[in-house]
Parts: sequence; C-alpha cells; structure tokens
Amino acid sequence: MNAASHQTDLKPQAAGTDTTVPSGAEVLLRVLVEQGVEVIFGYPGGAVLPIYDALFRQNAIRHVLVRHEQAAVHAAEAYARSTGRVGVVLVTSGPGATNTVTGLLDAMLDSIPVVCFSGQVGVPLIGTDAFQEADTTGITRPATKYNYLVRRPEDVAPCVHEAFHIARSGRPGPVLVDLPKNIMVGPAPYSDAPRVPHPSYHPQTEPGRDVIARAVAAMKGARCPLFYTGGGIINAGPGASTALRRLVEKTGFPCTSTLMGLGAMPAGDRRFLGMLGMHGTYEANMATHGCDVLIALGSRFDDRVTGRLDAFSPGSFKIHADIDPSQINKIVRVDVGIVGDARRVIEMMLEEWDCTPANTRQPIDMAQWWHQINEWRRIDSLGFSQDMAPDAIIRPQYAIRRLHELATATGRDTYVSTEVGQHQMWAAQHFGFDKPNRWLTSGGLGTMGYGLPAAVGAQVAHPDALVIDIAGEASTLMNIQELSTIAQYRLPVKVFILNNQYMGMVRQWQELLHESRYSESYSAALPDFVKLAESFHGRGLRATRVGELDGVIAEMLAHPGPVVADICVAQDENCYPMIPSGAAHNQMLLGPDQDDEISAEGRMLV
Amino acid sequence: MTTQQESPVSAVISIQVENESGALARVIGLFSGRGYNIESLTVAPVDETGRQSRINIVTTATPRVLEQIRAQVDRLVPVYRVSVMTAADPHVAREMALVKVIASGERRADALRIAQAFRAHPVDASATSFVFELTGATDKLDAFIDLMRPLGLAEVSRTGVAAIARGAAIL
Repeated sequence: MNAASHQTDLKPQAAGTDTTVPSGAEVLLRVLVEQGVEVIFGYPGGAVLPIYDALFRQNAIRHVLVRHEQAAVHAAEAYARSTGRVGVVLVTSGPGATNTVTGLLDAMLDSIPVVCFSGQVGVPLIGTDAFQEADTTGITRPATKYNYLVRRPEDVAPCVHEAFHIARSGRPGPVLVDLPKNIMVGPAPYSDAPRVPHPSYHPQTEPGRDVIARAVAAMKGARCPLFYTGGGIINAGPGASTALRRLVEKTGFPCTSTLMGLGAMPAGDRRFLGMLGMHGTYEANMATHGCDVLIALGSRFDDRVTGRLDAFSPGSFKIHADIDPSQINKIVRVDVGIVGDARRVIEMMLEEWDCTPANTRQPIDMAQWWHQINEWRRIDSLGFSQDMAPDAIIRPQYAIRRLHELATATGRDTYVSTEVGQHQMWAAQHFGFDKPNRWLTSGGLGTMGYGLPAAVGAQVAHPDALVIDIAGEASTLMNIQELSTIAQYRLPVKVFILNNQYMGMVRQWQELLHESRYSESYSAALPDFVKLAESFHGRGLRATRVGELDGVIAEMLAHPGPVVADICVAQDENCYPMIPSGAAHNQMLLGPDQDDEISAEGRMLV
Repeated sequence: MTTQQESPVSAVISIQVENESGALARVIGLFSGRGYNIESLTVAPVDETGRQSRINIVTTATPRVLEQIRAQVDRLVPVYRVSVMTAADPHVAREMALVKVIASGERRADALRIAQAFRAHPVDASATSFVFELTGATDKLDAFIDLMRPLGLAEVSRTGVAAIARGAAIL
C-alpha cells in the first residue's frame, strides 16, 4: 500500500469526538509512512495502547513483536545496518523504555540510525511517580544522539519528522521520542516535515577542497602508505565502498579495516590486509606501525585498534577523515583533519589524485613496501591447526572457515550477525566479507546478546537472504527469548553456536592476567540447544567431531526454517593473534606459546 | 601523538544554545559524563525572542582537552556555537557576588570601609548585618570575600562567570 492511499485510510479512523481531526497516534503513524517506514520492532504496554490500536487499524506498516525491548533495538539496528534505512522501535513507558537503554547506547557507539518511540504517562501525571513512569528522556540522554519529550499535540508531527532527520544525517545515531499517552489519545494536528529541521543542527558533510588537496599531496609523497577504514564507510552507503575500492585500486595502497568497516573492501582483495587492532592480522598491525602516511577514513582510533597510544603508528603522517568533527584529534593527533561524509571524501580524493601531477614518487618505493607486507603476510597470523581425523575436536576457526565456504557455495546473499566474544573475533577473522552491510556486530559497546535479535532484524529486512548468527553459547543465552520471535514470523535464521562451555574471552583474559583463575566464566547448566531449538519450533543440530561438521552445516543451510546448530568446539582455544593490553602493534602475541608478562599498566586496561 | 603533558589552564566555555527543554542537562551531562570539570556555571536567555540562551562554564583543562570540550559540546543538537576563552584570548569575564557579613562595632566599620575600597555596594543593612553586592573579575571577588572572613563573613552567593570576547569579535 502506498503512502497516499494510506492517508485516505486514516481519515475515517480518526478518534475522539471530532472525526475530522486525527489522534496523536494516527498522526504518528502518518508521519512514519511518509518517512518510508515499513517495519516497526516493538512490544506493547499500557502507555502505548493508543499507538498499538492505530497500528491495528492500518496495513502500511508491519509490526514485529519481539520478546524483550532490548531485542527490539538490536533488531532495528541490524535492519538499519543491512538496509541503510532508519530502524524503528516502539516500546511502552517505564520498564519498556529502560530495557531499550543498552540497545540505544549500542546504536550510539556504532553510529546506527534508529528512532525509538517510547510511551510515557499522560502529561498531567509526569513527575508524580505514576505507574510505569520513568524519566525516560533523562535516562536516555547520554545514550542517544538526541531525544524528545513531546508535551503538546502540535509537536507530534514536527518532532517525529525531525527525529528521522537527526537519526540519519551527519554521524547517524539513535533518537528517542517519548510520547505521553494523553497526547497519543487526544486530537493532534498534522504538519509536513519542517523546512529547517532543527535551527541549531547543521552537520557538515561536504569536505573542504583545501584539506583534501593537502591529504592527497601527502599521499602522493608516501613510500609506505596505508588506508585504515572504519564503519563510517559502511554508514556512508554502498557508494562509499565502491569509491574506496576505486581509490585503493588507483593508488595501489594497502588497506586495513576496523571491525565495523569489514565488507567495505572485499576480504579476498590482494590489497586488503584484513582487520587491524587487538585481534587484527600481523600484516595489518605491522603495516599500521610501520607506515609513513596513515589515511584514516570513517574510523575513530578506538582503543581496540590503537593499543598502546604512545606507540601507535609512530612516525607516520596522519590523515583523518570523519563526519564528526569531535573525533578528529580526540585520541590521536593528526596532521590533516577532514570533516565530511566518507563517500564525498573518497570521491574528492579520487578527483584530486587525478588532477595533480604524479610528482616524485618512485615506483620502487611502493614495491619495497609491498615486499615487506608480503613478508609479514607469510607469518600467516590467522593460521591454526585442525586435526582432520573424523573423531577430532572441532577448532572454532575451522568451523567458521567451513561455514563461510559452504555458505558461499550456496550463492545466496549472506548476512552474518554475531554476539560478543571470541567467536565474534573469529568470525571477523575467518568469515570473509565481500560486500558492505552484510556484517552485523556490536563493536563499540560490545553487547553480548546482540546477535540473535540482530539476525531477526536482518531477516525481516531481507526475507530471502541467508542470515546467520555466529554465536557463543554464553552470549546467545542473553537474548535467547528471541527464538520465539523467530518462530512466530517463521524467520529462517541460522544460529551457529560455537559452544566451548566458557565465556571464552573472559576465560582468555583470566589466563593472561589472572593466572587462569576462571572466576565465574564457566557456562554451567547449559540447556540442550537441540531440544531448545525444537521447543521453539525450529530444527536443532549438533556437531561434536570434525567428521560431523560439514554435514551439520550443509543440513543447516539447506533447511528452509530456523535452525540452531550446536557446534561443540575445542574448549581451550584462544583468540590469536592478539595485542595484549598496554602493548604496541609490533608486540603481538601470535599464539599461546608466546604469552609474555603483561605490564602493570596493561592490567589496568579493559 | 605528543607524549609530553600539557599543563592545565583556566578557560571560559561560552555556549549559545536553543532554549529548549533539556538543553542545559545535555551540556552539563556531557561535562560529567566525559570527566570534565565545572568550576562555575551561568545560563540565561540572551536574544530578543528568548529562543536562545547562553551558557558560560568555567573550567580548568589542558589545551587538548579544551579542544575536545569545544568539539564535543559543538556536536550537541541544540548547540549553535561554542567558544573557548583562555587568558590568551582577549575577553572580559565578570561575576557578581552577594556577601552577607554579620558584625558590630569596629569590625562593622572595617567591613564597610573595605567594601567602599572594592566598590561593593551595601544592598541590605540591619543593625547587625550587611549584604554587599560586588561585581568584577573572579579574583577580585575572591579577594573581597577573603577580607570579609575575619570581619564576620556569614554567607556568600555568587553568580558564576559571564564572559564575552573583546572587540568586534562575536560568538
């Protein structure tokens, strides 16, 4: 149904005594339709009953009922991340709103455009400790890019229009709109999107020519250059990834990526060095340490990337492009700061590259740099040994490699979400992403329990795609209730659990920092995941030995409905390579035999 | 990155904001959330329609942190403009204090004499007390209050600093 016919549908439904004036709830839904919203992830409750009633009486917008409000936000995040559109959440007041806080902050740190509508007690009751009242705008203020408490009926339409604009423009992020019940029940005027969305909000997206010229001049004089790209490339749309591939091809520079930027460059590209940072590849981290010009595009020098700050990429000329001016010089002092949308930055770099003379750089210099990089590559830092005897224990890395290979062989468009921990890092290392928007993970906040609801959001957005949640058994239990959502909407999500019966990353750090005292990091009393899947109307599978792995993966991929695959993997496997806390990029641990003493300062770091 | 430690300097952060619900909370929440110090704070509407307010925050931080404060505040949605004024930036910064002194006899006469020297005006007086109004730079107010301490200083109410750039430059 299109927007125009929807508007006519709404008119006869107008509530209250005046049949020509729509209710606040109807105005809300009309604005959502105009904003192009097709799906809402939500959970009803007392304060949002009028909105749910209006939803019931229309057909333009689908509602996906989650089983916990946190999951609604993660689903909306994955919907947004995988489509480039704004994810929408609807929850009730009080506990409904407070349950969204983790999701909102997750979206904040990973710059995901989400608009969350929360119910609120009626305006006359605000401040009286009414039933299910919470100071939602107060609680979510530091967890959102912006938020509103709509106190007047005439503010409903402009606030909602503006919320979408703020969520998707500039550096994207979550926006919360708190909607008191009486405003939703009572009549409200409709108004179009305001011409000036917010008088003081003007994000800069167009970079300056002068800084682009300075950056390109430095790039042309480089002998050992490196692109370091991040989630900003993904947020800037698929066109930014296309432009990045052209820029890498044209310059011949190597490129590394953050966790959030995976997929912008094809994993198999010869100029792509893999992920950098704490669990990045040896070649990516050594190149970051040794480069003479570092070009950061849409990345923010996160501590997982930089390691020890005073030893981060010493001696390089640093160029940093970001749409958020506050990111420039926040962690690392840079020589050229560029404020602008990543796609525009890259496109202008391409133009500038073509229109300035090739000057003095000798081709031999780049050849030396590539020779050095290929030497680092030969270390094969992601290598692992898998005993191929059929009864052998499955290495988690091998399970992901096989999952990638068999999923690729299906030829289906594949979206991968993860939970948080070792499996997340192994997925980033071993599941090669060739396209942007296919990799859905919680980077900045590191939210365990992200992956299962994220898979819901991705599958709702892409009903025909293959959606896999690469999970750990501990993380996935944090939002396991979403198996019920998956069952209700017959979402053919594949939950691929690397079950090592530990909170693996916690255990790994306990080994490194606390002499293997495994305080509370053992996954005791786990459910039988096969029976769990069956009780949620899905297919449950299990592999305990290498000989069973391919069969289980093939069966999982072939099954048309939801599957939980319990992959019982080596319990003692740790995630390498690793830059231990407090160490520099050229002090990586490549394997368990190399565990050095961690410095006292390093022990203080998270 | 430079490893040498920059030394902290005092600065006034002047922020022009949309006068909307929660705008002040966003600004001060950012300060507490990111560990920036607030030494004093003033806020009042400053345009003819009352749509815009100016917040002045006095803080002490290294130049690098001051630059971060400026950038972080500037990206808040309701913020129009931010300026950071340190001793290196020509500006005028004033605050006002109401100072209650309870004294009699010679101490009362001394308090009045010192108040005159500081151009502090008695805005309230009783048989046993004065309330002085004093405007000026922060260090002048500090000096006056210190002098009142042995003379029966009972209570102080200060506005915090309002600041503005010298010359034709505007925020």
